[in-house]
Amino acid sequence: MSATPFIRVLERVGTQGEGLLAYLGGLTYLSGDTLKHLALGIVVRPRIKADETFFQMVRLGVRAIPIIFLVQTFVGMILALQLAPVLADYGQLDKAATVVSIAVFRELGPLISAVVLTGFAGAAIAAELGTMVVGEEIAALRTSAIHPIRFLVVPRVIACIVMTVALTVLADIVGTGGGGLVNRYILLRDSWEYYHTVVDNLQVKDVLTGLIKSGIFGFIIVVISCYEGLGVSGGAGGVGRATTRSVVLAIFLIIAADCLFTTLFYFLW
Amino acid sequence: MAPALEPILELRGVQKFFEGRQVLKDISLRVAPGETLVIIGGSGCGKSTLLRTIIGEYTPDAGHVYLWGEDACCASAKSLDRLRRRFGVLFQSGALYSSMTVGENVALPLREHTDLDERIIQMVVKMKLELVGLRDFEDLSPAQISGGMRKRVGLARAIALDPEILFYDEPTAGLDPIATSVIDQLVIDLRTKLGVTSIVVTHDMKSAFRIADRIAMLYNGEFVAVGPPQEFMAATQDERVRQFVEGLPDGPIPLRVSKTDYLTDLMDANE
Repeated sequence: MSATPFIRVLERVGTQGEGLLAYLGGLTYLSGDTLKHLALGIVVRPRIKADETFFQMVRLGVRAIPIIFLVQTFVGMILALQLAPVLADYGQLDKAATVVSIAVFRELGPLISAVVLTGFAGAAIAAELGTMVVGEEIAALRTSAIHPIRFLVVPRVIACIVMTVALTVLADIVGTGGGGLVNRYILLRDSWEYYHTVVDNLQVKDVLTGLIKSGIFGFIIVVISCYEGLGVSGGAGGVGRATTRSVVLAIFLIIAADCLFTTLFYFLW
Repeated sequence: MAPALEPILELRGVQKFFEGRQVLKDISLRVAPGETLVIIGGSGCGKSTLLRTIIGEYTPDAGHVYLWGEDACCASAKSLDRLRRRFGVLFQSGALYSSMTVGENVALPLREHTDLDERIIQMVVKMKLELVGLRDFEDLSPAQISGGMRKRVGLARAIALDPEILFYDEPTAGLDPIATSVIDQLVIDLRTKLGVTSIVVTHDMKSAFRIADRIAMLYNGEFVAVGPPQEFMAATQDERVRQFVEGLPDGPIPLRVSKTDYLTDLMDANE
């Protein structure tokens, strides 16, 4: 019975590793199933629930607009304020517009919108689906031959990805505008010049790489929260745990994916 | 009631384990079309597990479940869905979709599985709700009605597609005596008027003897007695059945299920 410490460590690593693999496998399976139902819904017979998808868009995304608006204004302002002294040292204060807009469009717009949406959409999805599991609603759907992936997950996936990208567009503009506020009222420089510098220097790839990343972030948020929500066991406590886990995990994976894709874009584009 | 007809539902040697504990031990059963089978048994005897295994929520660890002669355990997702469209399930809590109104709950199977006109769907919804006496509650949300009402709406939803088999998980638990008789009468009516086969899991003895063609008692994961209600008590020599049906505190079925000795356990706690 008395295992050596080495064996015990090995056992722990094994159990943890097995759990991780099972989790990743589950995520992959859910993603695959979702894509299958998405494709089936589009190609074979148009059975994507349009009204449900629209309802989820409003629920998950539209309500996040005010907070995204505020947060990104602040982010743009902070960025401009932090950069101003450094740029002034080099006599390059006119570059503030370029630096702020590139940082916002390429990185901070997508990333911070995704993090805010994790709190809004991710937590809401995990809690809602988890409550449905506890209330036997998912079992009832399955026994009515209504596939929960098609019925519940697919509309949420579409809604979440579309809204993450849409909110990122808003965030990009508002964030750059926040920098513009600092430019006008603190640095006391001309707003038209700021605007033209942004428009002249921002490239298509700056905008596109940001939006591609935000689509991926949206997918991460929705897949993690659906997986956690549908996997709930153990009543109301389980719902709370799943919600927390889905937020923490989604934020971690968003940043990891950000790092990965930024590296890829660095080399490829 | 003799199972001379081809059975509509058949279980052969079904076993189910949860974390090493055997919950169902070699269950075999045949149910004829139009029959009402009531499964009784104490809490934790495996009734709900048995029901969930039959409807395909759990996969048996051994044995087979046949629905209309088709092996439901090995069926593809597609044919399992085809089978599922032919039966209805009433869950213990009603399992209403909380984001939809009562009417939308009943309408959902019709909207998903039929091409019926919206006006006809509305009519069917009203008819089904009228059967359970809740037609006026169509526009309320599940959170706004009582637990007993939710259960009745769950039944209206389960019969929305006019299923051939209905499974009930404790249909009358938590209902008042009048609602209980309404549900009982509905089960009887569905059988006599439409020939619906019913599998009812319950521990409400009064209701069991009222609706059953056959009663089966599950104890410790196996059937200890099966028979028509009038013979069920008379024929059995089994003290466990007698104790359960009459609800006696003393008998072969222990209330306490602890394996360890009480005194030893108490003394150990002090150490």
